[in-house]
Order: sequence, then structure tokens, then C-alpha cells
Amino acid sequence: MKYIDEFNDPQLARRLLDEIRATATRPWALMEVCGGQTHSIIRHGIDQLLPEQVELIHGPGCPVCVTPLEVIDKALEIASRPGVIFCSFGDMLRVPGTDRDLFRVKGEGGDVRVVYSPLDALELARGNPDREVVFFAIGFETTAPANAMAVHQARRLGLSNFSLLVSHVRVPPAIEAIMTAPECRVQGFLAAGHVCSVMGMAEYPDLAERFRVPMVVTGFEPLDILEGIRRAVRQLERGEHRVENAYPRAVREEGNPAAVRMIEEVFEVTDRNWRGIGPIPASGWRLTDAFRAYDAEHRFDVSGIRTEEPAECRAGEVLQGLIKPTECGAFGTTCTPRTPLGATMVSSEGACAAYYLYRRMNAGAPQAGGSAQEQEEVAPVG
Amino acid sequence: MCLAVPGKVVSIDDSTDPLTGLIDFGGVQKQACLEYVSDVKVGEYVIVHVGFALQRLDEESALASLKLFEELGLLEEEFGDAWEQASKEAGTA
Ligand code: SF4
Repeated sequence: MKYIDEFNDPQLARRLLDEIRATATRPWALMEVCGGQTHSIIRHGIDQLLPEQVELIHGPGCPVCVTPLEVIDKALEIASRPGVIFCSFGDMLRVPGTDRDLFRVKGEGGDVRVVYSPLDALELARGNPDREVVFFAIGFETTAPANAMAVHQARRLGLSNFSLLVSHVRVPPAIEAIMTAPECRVQGFLAAGHVCSVMGMAEYPDLAERFRVPMVVTGFEPLDILEGIRRAVRQLERGEHRVENAYPRAVREEGNPAAVRMIEEVFEVTDRNWRGIGPIPASGWRLTDAFRAYDAEHRFDVSGIRTEEPAECRAGEVLQGLIKPTECGAFGTTCTPRTPLGATMVSSEGACAAYYLYRRMNAGAPQAGGSAQEQEEVAPVG
Repeated sequence: MCLAVPGKVVSIDDSTDPLTGLIDFGGVQKQACLEYVSDVKVGEYVIVHVGFALQRLDEESALASLKLFEELGLLEEEFGDAWEQASKEAGTA
């Protein structure tokens, strides 16, 4: 398939790897921000093909993983109400709330539906005027244009039975939080390509300058990731810290202005709690006052729910790149994709699930990949 | 979640608001919202996430990247000696 096969070419991958090997003279630690990249890295064993000086630290960029427990509990509460059709991307279904998940709510008679796009939820609202249709609007900047369009359309069509449970997060404040943490070892970033397809690159020069880290906008296929690493290592070796675009086929300097305009019309920046990590200032979006009527938290009055994470799960440390999933005692024993203790074991973009799928037998050694059934259990939404 | 996949625009439906089109993902065809890439043409490639085309894929950049990767390798093979390496590290390559 065009734009996929070419960027999976093993021969070119070898060349890029040789080049990285020739460039790296000292140990360097790079963070890939996005869970999609984590998945690709572990799936293709890229971290194990790299010269040992180059370490990849997995970042917090899995929106399923960082959606706070209290928001999951709010989703469960709303989804259980009679008259509600609760719509979500598929990989939210098994994310554990305090005492159950959406899958369970569905089993108990809740009308929970998996949708591919927020516009599908909007269609359901049009087709079911006597029901309340709620869409679980999670995601990073990549998903925000879709969710913003859904609520924009709801208002245009005068649909009063549609609302969003919003838990949107933004990448740049998360990078700032990671870089200011005392244990931080990250020396360079692979910035998430599709976030930049939407937002462009304007938010990154300040971060690169302030923390003196190279930031290389990176795609998702194996060659894209290797090229991101190659450029980041080259900058580090030369003592540089610039923003570079290693994914020019999908990222323009200015991003997608039409999409950004829609985001800014519908959402405003707010503080957000990240599951396992805690509050990060200005790290999310919520609906603006003009769209408050479409906010499910207000409509269903669930804003009072407060929760606490299970102590056993170390997803917070995993998400900050402080430990690898295999260092968690519950990994693969009490915690599996079927019985996840933490959200990072649910989505295929969560580091714990990626390691479980591709690295379980022998932690640290390459492995052919999990069974088809397991792959399905943690199938990505996009 | 940030997973977005490339697909080819097969047809565009001008009558819808927001603008939609049929996208081919290596054989599987799906409708997607094209409102954010409204000047896209049939036959071009877009990157699609949760039913929305987020950006057009730029063929020229894709080819340039692949060419660069190939040349990197060739440099290694043809002139992969210590002198070449040193000049590269000095930033002249
Ligand atoms: S393996 Fe399970 S319990 Fe351990 S950090 Fe990952 S999600 Fe949490």
C-alpha cells in the first residue's frame, strides 16, 4: 500500500540503522511522545535494533492511558443511566474505572456503542431524538478537529440530545512537565507527527530552546521512526537543539489552519489531570462557554466524582518513562489486556499492552508478536 | 489514538456539509470528512484519523525522504571510510 510499504523497506531500514550507529558516539536517551510510535517501535523491535548507546524512553502520548480515573468513572455513571446511548472509541471499553469498565456496563444493560468517528455518534443522535447521545471525546490534538467538528455540527443542526464528555489533552505542556521533573533523563524528543499535522510546529521552538533538547517531528512507519532518531542523534552529537521535521510528507510548518480554527472555536485551554501522572497546567481542552450546553459533565451533573488509583499499578512511572512495563510486578501476571489493572495495559498504544503483545515471553528479547486474538483484544481505534 | 492512516481519495461529494469523500485504504473503502482538506482532488492521498482527513500527503516530500535514505546508505557503502566519517561528523556532509 502506497505510503506504507515504501516506509517499511527493510533494506533502507538497515541503511538508516548503519547511519545511526556511525553517528552515535555517546549514550543518548530520546523520548517518543506518542503511543502510536511506542507501538510501532516495540512491534518492529526498533529499540532492540538500535546501537546500545541510543535508548528510547516511552512517553505519555496515549490518550486512552492518561484519561483520568475520575473521568472514566463519570463515563461509567453516565453510560449506566436509562435513556442514554454512550458512544466511545473501542479501546476505551476495557479501561478500568474504580470498580468496573464500560464493557461491564454494557453487559449490565447499558447502551454502550463503539463508533469509528464522532460523526457516527452525531448520526445516532439524529436518528434517536428521544435518547440522549453522549460521545466520549478523548484524544490529543490529532483527534480534536474531529470532536470539535461533531459538536459544531450538533449546534448547527440544532441537536439538543447530543453532548460530549471531554477529556482532551495537549502535548506541549506534557513535554514541559516531563522536562521539569527532577528524575528526567530525556535528552531529545521525537515529536508526534500527526499532532503536528494538525497544529504545525510553532509550539516547539520555545521548548527546544528552553530545555536545550532537539525536537524532531517524526512519523509512524519504521523508516520514519529511524529517520527521527537519526536526526535527533545527529543534533545531539553536534550539540544542537533545534526543531526539525522528519515527516514532511504529512506535516507542514503551519499545520492545518482550518482544523486549528475549528478547535479554537469549540475548545479552550484548561488544566487537566493525567492518569498516573497528576495535574498538568494548561494541558487540556474543554468546551468554551458558547458550547457549554453540549458538555455532558454539566448535563448529567457528574462533576463531583473523585477517585483514587490502585496502588499496585505503576502506570504513572511507565508513562513518564521512569520504568519499563516489564519492571512492574503485576505485568503479565495479575495485569494482562484481558484483566488490565491500569489503562496502559488496554490500548495497543499503551506501553504495557505493546510489551505484552510483542515482548512477553522473554522480557527484553525480540519476539515474533502476540496471537491474532490478543492483537484483536487491543486493536487500535484509528 | 493518534494512529492515522494514508488513503487515496476515490470520490468527493460536494453536496454534503461538512464536505465528505470516499477514501480507499488499500482495498477497504470508507467515507471520511474532507472539510479540513477542502481543496483536495480525486486521486490525491490524505492522512485519515477517526473519519477525518487531517492533511494531504505530499508526494514530492515522500519521494525526497526515500531518496535521502537511499543516498545515506550509498554514501556508507561507497565512501564508508574513516575520512568520510570524520567529514560527516564535522558537519560538512
Ligand atoms: S503492567 Fe499493568 S499494573 Fe503494571 S504498570 Fe502496566 S498497567 Fe499498571
